Amino acid sequence: MSEAPGRRPIVPFLRLPADGEPYLAGQRCTACGAVFLGRRLACGRCTARGPFEEIRLSRTGKLWVYSIVHQSSPDVPVPYVAAIVDLPEGVSVRCSLIDVPPDPAALSFGMPVEMTTGVSQQDREGNDVVAFYFRPVRREARDA
Amino acid sequence: MRDVYVAGVGMIRFGRYRDRDVPDLGGEALLLALDDAGLALRDVELLAAGSLFQANAMVGQRILQQVGQTGIPVVNVANACATGSTAFREAWLAVASGEHEVAVAVGVEQMGKMGLLGGGGGSGVRTEGVLGSGLMPAVFGQAGMEHMRRHGTTQAQFAKVAVKNHRHSTKNPLSQYQVEVSLDEVLNARMVAYPNTLYMCCPTGDGAAAAVVVSAAKARQLGAGVKVLASVLTSDPWSERDLTLPDVNTLTRSAAARAYERAGVGPEDLDLVELHDCFATAELLHYENLGLCAEGEAGRLIDTGETAQGGRVPVNVSGGLLSKGHPLGATGVANIFEVAQHLRGRAGARQVNGAKVGLAHVIGLGSACTINILGV
Repeated sequence: MSEAPGRRPIVPFLRLPADGEPYLAGQRCTACGAVFLGRRLACGRCTARGPFEEIRLSRTGKLWVYSIVHQSSPDVPVPYVAAIVDLPEGVSVRCSLIDVPPDPAALSFGMPVEMTTGVSQQDREGNDVVAFYFRPVRREARDA
Repeated sequence: MRDVYVAGVGMIRFGRYRDRDVPDLGGEALLLALDDAGLALRDVELLAAGSLFQANAMVGQRILQQVGQTGIPVVNVANACATGSTAFREAWLAVASGEHEVAVAVGVEQMGKMGLLGGGGGSGVRTEGVLGSGLMPAVFGQAGMEHMRRHGTTQAQFAKVAVKNHRHSTKNPLSQYQVEVSLDEVLNARMVAYPNTLYMCCPTGDGAAAAVVVSAAKARQLGAGVKVLASVLTSDPWSERDLTLPDVNTLTRSAAARAYERAGVGPEDLDLVELHDCFATAELLHYENLGLCAEGEAGRLIDTGETAQGGRVPVNVSGGLLSKGHPLGATGVANIFEVAQHLRGRAGARQVNGAKVGLAHVIGLGSACTINILGV
């Protein structure tokens, strides 16, 4: 059986609704409120066995910290900005920061960033693998 | 728990041994440690072997095939970079529990020129460089940036760690590298992952180390005086960003608190510290995590020179992971070797004079932390 190649998210918690904007899904512990990316059997913070409720995470957040990677695995283009972004729901995301020079002078702790998506590669079956990225919030968007 | 003593240690120079294999390297370290203790293989009642990349390959048994198959219990341990120190703790437990009189821990690794860890992946979908970085240089770069963000620490202060540890290594004949580098050379070296340049990252390599631990009765017979004051292992508790940026601080702090309590000493009592400087950024974080200075003062502490050889609390006089090398499974036993040598006055040109109490700290990312405090 073979299916026609399509597109798929790079991680299960990236949701690609057919009729709306992509978003990240969090699992929120209803006992203590901790939010996780991806499924948990029980809460890492309070150990309650759920239930977890799925929440739609904000597309905007703030840059917590970053590193600028100049030496990586073979075939990975360098440099790139490897970032940790805090989302307002109380969860952080490991991501690449794009549309910004790979230069500490262009990056500041706490700068507002927003999520975007793009096709990162094809998988072995020929599907487009959609990844999420964060980028600085554009000035006009911030002023709007 | 019974008192446990370190009766002997052994270590081969870290480096590259292309023509040898893991059981051969580990076996050599084991024999060195036995000779140091004045014991024979038939005295050994348990072997704990730590080797990360051959964790599924019965390294301990293969070591015994090299040095003598006596049928003793063998446990093979993997715990990321804390693999060797976890093996040491298993040996300590075996004696402390009263079950055995003599146990040996061996840590061994052969990395060759494998390069940076963590690339690739089985799914055929590449995430490195797409979803940020899971590579150690970036992770510890980010951990350093957290310190920068919170306390205003500078890249130059991180770089001073590399200058210090590379200088220390020139006095250690077992160090993989023994070359001094200046602050300018460190700062101007090729960038690996900001803020860590090449000299601020530990090398890959091969190596092995071993430690023999014994009961108090056996220690008296052997005239062994280095006591294990505390041997503590922790894992990462839930913390705010641990799942995206591994939190190497919280589990070190909890391990330190427990170890100091068990040992009945405080950070002010330490004559030397071997801590997990896998990257220069990491060393400054652990100054605070281990209580060597107050919160936010790590940058100032490296500036003062108090953690250099001859200072108030010398850190990584072996050269540290940055220069001595970091063959993953060997590291945790190698820093037991280092501390024990100083406590016995056998550290040669790098001897910390009059050392009575030393601490060995290891982090395995994912995460595990061991702290062993030894004293005479």
